[in-house]
Amino acid sequence: MNFLGRHIISIKDFSREELDFILKVANQMEKFYQDGSTLLKGKILATLFFEPSTRTRLSFVSAMYKLGGEVISLSNPEMSSIVKGENLTDTIATVQNYADAIVLRHKLEGSSKFMSEISRVPIINGGSGTKEHPTQAMLDLLTIQNEMNGKIDGLKIAIVGDLKYGRTGRSLAYALSNYDVDLFFISPPLLRMQNEVVSDLQKLNVPVKESEDIMPIIKDLDVIYVTRIQKERFPDPTEYEKVKGTYRLSLDMLNDVKDQLIIMHPLPRVEEIDYEIDKTKYAKYFKQTYYGVLLRMALLALILSGDNFDF
Amino acid sequence: MEEDSDSHQDSEKELRVRKIKDGMVIDHITPGNALNVLKIVGITGKEGMIISIAMNVPSKKSGTKDVVKIENRELDLEQINRIALISPNATINIIRDYEVIQKKKVTLENEIQGVIKCLNPNCITNGNEPVKSFFKIVQTNPIAIRCEYCDRIIDYDEICQQF
Repeated sequence: MNFLGRHIISIKDFSREELDFILKVANQMEKFYQDGSTLLKGKILATLFFEPSTRTRLSFVSAMYKLGGEVISLSNPEMSSIVKGENLTDTIATVQNYADAIVLRHKLEGSSKFMSEISRVPIINGGSGTKEHPTQAMLDLLTIQNEMNGKIDGLKIAIVGDLKYGRTGRSLAYALSNYDVDLFFISPPLLRMQNEVVSDLQKLNVPVKESEDIMPIIKDLDVIYVTRIQKERFPDPTEYEKVKGTYRLSLDMLNDVKDQLIIMHPLPRVEEIDYEIDKTKYAKYFKQTYYGVLLRMALLALILSGDNFDF
Repeated sequence: MEEDSDSHQDSEKELRVRKIKDGMVIDHITPGNALNVLKIVGITGKEGMIISIAMNVPSKKSGTKDVVKIENRELDLEQINRIALISPNATINIIRDYEVIQKKKVTLENEIQGVIKCLNPNCITNGNEPVKSFFKIVQTNPIAIRCEYCDRIIDYDEICQQF
């Protein structure tokens, strides 16, 4: 399986075989993570983030350095020609001459897809609008697989919180549609998963149940994937106040859960998970950030050097 | 072959729209959509050609229909097939010297580029970038199309509202 030069635009572009292969390579990257590598020596990654990011950008930078490559960044659009009115097309047409691959985060949906049509170097979607975050979905798969004894099939997985505007929950749902899982979407009515996603999953015969309350099913779950409810999405602030507590995971809610349950969160967390849970064996959200580096190392290695590497 | 189909004779009897010598008749347009059809094929009325429009006329096939007659001009296939988006049962009659020399149904193409605007304000096709809108058909009856860039689904009513 050769990914040399491939754009990473949407999780929907990847088959089960491809995802399994990427996860396998990600686990093989542990050696390079520990010892470092010169695999990507002489290669340059450009990170263009037009929206805030902590984990995605830093983990790509870390992954590139671990593999011996270099990074150039446009971390603050206010300091670039964007403020002079330059569009994204011209920016990419320029940056492709400076780098061997580009990670792009932009508020416009479809931005990475269109840029992949004009760029001669691979574009990696680091999050676009409210719809796509493919590398997050892949690292979420890696976390589930590694923390659930090597398998994703057969699991009962709840995605909780802002499913309407949150790109991580949506991308993970599509990623999981490649596996034999039961999905539960738990959200306030205003922030339900968009109909098109539910309809797509149903067409793929993925069992999906939607609910406003996690408690009736919490004891059956293997994975709880919590996402941030974004206050700014609510037209009426009192509506937000009403629902925010409902979607806050606290220690007392975990009395009857499965022993091997894992709790994940793409982060940043605001109030959705009690800090007390951090100390429990269920909490895997910081382990996710570690897997994020391995996964991005795997993608960079595969895109920039093909399959020409030994471990 | 006579210019008009049987279903159009009712209006012919009353001379609502006269026969044309050369050009094109777009028949069996979904009632009320004749003006939208003109817009979707890019005719503004300022081109100078003679255009006759009949709306909500009786039709044996479907109760009522709209008809558009364009004199001395024929649309290209791409323009014709755009009509299918808002009027999937429309037929096209090519007229030469008062006779129908060719008759065909509009065809809904799987891909639509540049005709419909994506309704998602955060779609890249609505930004300041040199990119045309691009949709694929996800459902035909009633029609629904999906933006290839942002996944937004646009239904029949939303398509019609654009014209």
